[in-house]
Amino acid sequence: MPSAPAGTLYRGHEGMWSWVAHRVTGVLIFFFLLVHVLDTALVRVSPEAYNDVIGTYKNPIMGLGEAGLVAAIVFHAFNGIRIILVDFWAKGPKYQKRMLWIALALWVVAMAGFLPRHLMNVFGGN
Amino acid sequence: MADTATEAQTSAPEIAAPRDRYKRKKTTRGNYELYSWVFMRASGVLLVVLIFGHLFVNLMVGDGVHAIDFAFVGGKWSSPFWQVWDLLMLWLAMFHGTNGVRTVINDYAERDGVRMTLKVLLYLAAVITVVLGTLVIFTFSPCPHGAPADLVPAFCSA
Repeated sequence: MPSAPAGTLYRGHEGMWSWVAHRVTGVLIFFFLLVHVLDTALVRVSPEAYNDVIGTYKNPIMGLGEAGLVAAIVFHAFNGIRIILVDFWAKGPKYQKRMLWIALALWVVAMAGFLPRHLMNVFGGN
Repeated sequence: MADTATEAQTSAPEIAAPRDRYKRKKTTRGNYELYSWVFMRASGVLLVVLIFGHLFVNLMVGDGVHAIDFAFVGGKWSSPFWQVWDLLMLWLAMFHGTNGVRTVINDYAERDGVRMTLKVLLYLAAVITVVLGTLVIFTFSPCPHGAPADLVPAFCSA
């Protein structure tokens, strides 16, 4: 495999950073998914085993982790739709920067809908 | 001198005929990467719907994340709708994620041995996770024999 040259044409700006963010969020979500399938598999062991492990998740630190996870998933989803539009819509490449800002605006809207609800569940007592 | 010229002519590299169509295929190993590219986009669209629905029902409705326990999962998986939903989500997300991580490994692991090892581990983890998840969805009982009534869905004692 050839090494990457010191400088490439594909660097900086919305194009590269959205690509970087898509990779980082994608890998994070993948490792969460492995753990998530394993912990959910505990329902097959016993109700007690599942509730015990899920119970250890019900604290503020995991609650914030869940908020971060949802933030990563929503970004990956909206940027993924942008990638599909860049690939299949004739004007996609022309509007790729604008579409990233639209995706980020939609991300803010989605998180504004989700975060208060979730943080109330996490921090609002039992 | 004339001899050298003839020799050069006979051993000259073959030149493609003009207007010969450029064939990308001859150097690749099938269309695997094309299908993988298409799959990422097709599964991506479906996963947006499946995962947004999953997050909404599990985190936004009712008491949100607090309500998640065995009885909650048992209640959902007693319905074929959620069994199929979660099965589709499991398979699509695992293939989408495994293929994405495969791309990342191919991009950054330059040494052949390292790249191979990482991909073997990745595929192993993927197969175990998909098989385990599938078995759990289909062999799961919401009312396990002898389980305390307060831990299982309400319909178990009905």
